[in-house]
Amino acid sequence: MKLLGLFNYWVFAVLLMIGLYALISKQNLVKKIMALAIFQSAVFLFFITMSRVDEGTAPIIQAGVANQIFSNPLPQVLILTAIVVGISTTALGLAIVVRLHEEYGTVEDDEILAMDRES
Amino acid sequence: MNLADHLPALQVIVPLMTAPLVILLRNGFLAWLGALLASLASFGLAILLTVAVLGAGVPEYAMGGWQPPFGISLNVDGLSALMLLLVTGASTLGLAGGRLSLRRDIDNRRAPMFYGAWLIALAGLCGIAVAGDAFNVFVFMEISSLATYILIAAGRDRRALSAVFKYLIIGTIGATFYLIGVGFIYMMTGTLNFADMALRLGDVIETRPIIIAAGFITIGLALKAAVFPLHIWLPRAYTYAPNAVTVFIAACSTKVAIYVLLRFNYGVFHGNLLAHSDLFTVFIIPLALSGILLASAIAIYQGNIKKMLAFSSVAQIGYIALAAGLATHAGLMAAQLHMFNHALAKGTLFLCVLAFVLTTGSASFSNLAGIGRRMPWTMAAFVIAGLSLVGVPGTAGFVSKWYLIVAVMGMPGWGVPLVMAIILSSLLAVVYLWRFVELAYYGQPPDGDVSRMEVPLPLRTLIWSAALANIYFGLVPQLPLALAESGTTTLLGGLLP
Repeated sequence: MKLLGLFNYWVFAVLLMIGLYALISKQNLVKKIMALAIFQSAVFLFFITMSRVDEGTAPIIQAGVANQIFSNPLPQVLILTAIVVGISTTALGLAIVVRLHEEYGTVEDDEILAMDRES
Repeated sequence: MNLADHLPALQVIVPLMTAPLVILLRNGFLAWLGALLASLASFGLAILLTVAVLGAGVPEYAMGGWQPPFGISLNVDGLSALMLLLVTGASTLGLAGGRLSLRRDIDNRRAPMFYGAWLIALAGLCGIAVAGDAFNVFVFMEISSLATYILIAAGRDRRALSAVFKYLIIGTIGATFYLIGVGFIYMMTGTLNFADMALRLGDVIETRPIIIAAGFITIGLALKAAVFPLHIWLPRAYTYAPNAVTVFIAACSTKVAIYVLLRFNYGVFHGNLLAHSDLFTVFIIPLALSGILLASAIAIYQGNIKKMLAFSSVAQIGYIALAAGLATHAGLMAAQLHMFNHALAKGTLFLCVLAFVLTTGSASFSNLAGIGRRMPWTMAAFVIAGLSLVGVPGTAGFVSKWYLIVAVMGMPGWGVPLVMAIILSSLLAVVYLWRFVELAYYGQPPDGDVSRMEVPLPLRTLIWSAALANIYFGLVPQLPLALAESGTTTLLGGLLP
């Protein structure tokens, strides 16, 4: 039961490692950007999981409802900001890949490195 | 409240709000002028804040009137003021000296966008220095990093693109690690405010999440700060960036990451984790030492002046990390002084390189042979800043090396080997700088032409003011000393001898 209770945290750790592994092992720059997105999503999941309170609902105050337990809204707000940062990073990364493709005609890291060495 | 009370907020708002205006100007020269004025205004604000810090101190600024720990607070102490001076000074130096060079590197059509990105990077770096809570530091760090990637990739050299891609990947990993660490701390303490965090950590001391958080934050920031061997993004990014951008980022971007590292490890963890100073010392000092020695040695074998100086930067980051890792009052003083003095020396050196490339067109050694005879003024300034980098008495670099050696000698047992490593590395610095100086004065120019060709007078004046600042702060080091003293006292809260 304890293992299942920590299910989200396991998913966080596994996703984080999948992202990091792919970042290191993949040569294709677009795949690297995808790996970066997975890596960052893992952290989003971590923050959202931590904000959950048992029996808690969305933190909206309603008329006539008292003694309601709410989940912590702050990590969710933080992650909203972090998602924006993540999207900007992905967009900028892809823009650089497009420029790289224009200049080198390839999106493979090792081929670009080889061309840099020659010049 | 009068306007003077809003200085910490203005420090971020001025460059951030000028950035979109600059983009609207649609003209390269006007955009440059706008960016320069905003950067000068930020520099002025940083000086006002420094005066206030050294005087009565700057009260905590509650954003929008929401009181901390719930609202966003901005804090300015001696260490922040030092960083603000560095960041705004480097930006002004890069913009003022970079006009001619940037006109060549950047399309006139794209120039307004470029200067907009420059101001956003400046706003982000200033934001890190004034922010009083961990999450705002993350956001500002990403703002400045994203803008810096754009600046580096903006030039004409296509190798900058692959360099910046690597920087983007590693920088994002660093920032994400930092965010994970902040998440663990938030989970255990329920706060993001640095001061509040330091108080509340006492209740959850020595729990596993906090130790893991300390690890994630330290590694993440070490990636951003390019502590050896996490420096692999740095040399290529510095080398292929437009020259004016290198002046800006080489002087301050890695130091800002060290600033956050100091703030977290000493402001927050040090008083709470029992074994923190031992763990941090054991982790950072071997890395710092290998950086000091290996990066200096690698610098000797470079054939490109920018790459040589970039590897020298990795070695200098090693000195700063070594001083910070000592976990003593004297060590922290030395770390902050060296941040200031190295930024001064490296800013001047890269500005001289900018002038060399402006007249000769390339930064490779073979192309710069005999440059000392063709551009004597610029080369003399290069030598002065180089002496400061080595740490010759009478220059700023000597002051911080002296403090570093005194701090290291205070370590029981391994003071002497550490001092020997520092001296050896300084000698290596003499070797790699001498290689260039010899080539510049005695080498034969590639086309045999030894006629004079100096850069225009305004740029030469700027280079010389920067070089003279290296001597001034070597003879009259009161300002950085006072700031470092005040910063160390706030960081430690009187905890260390």
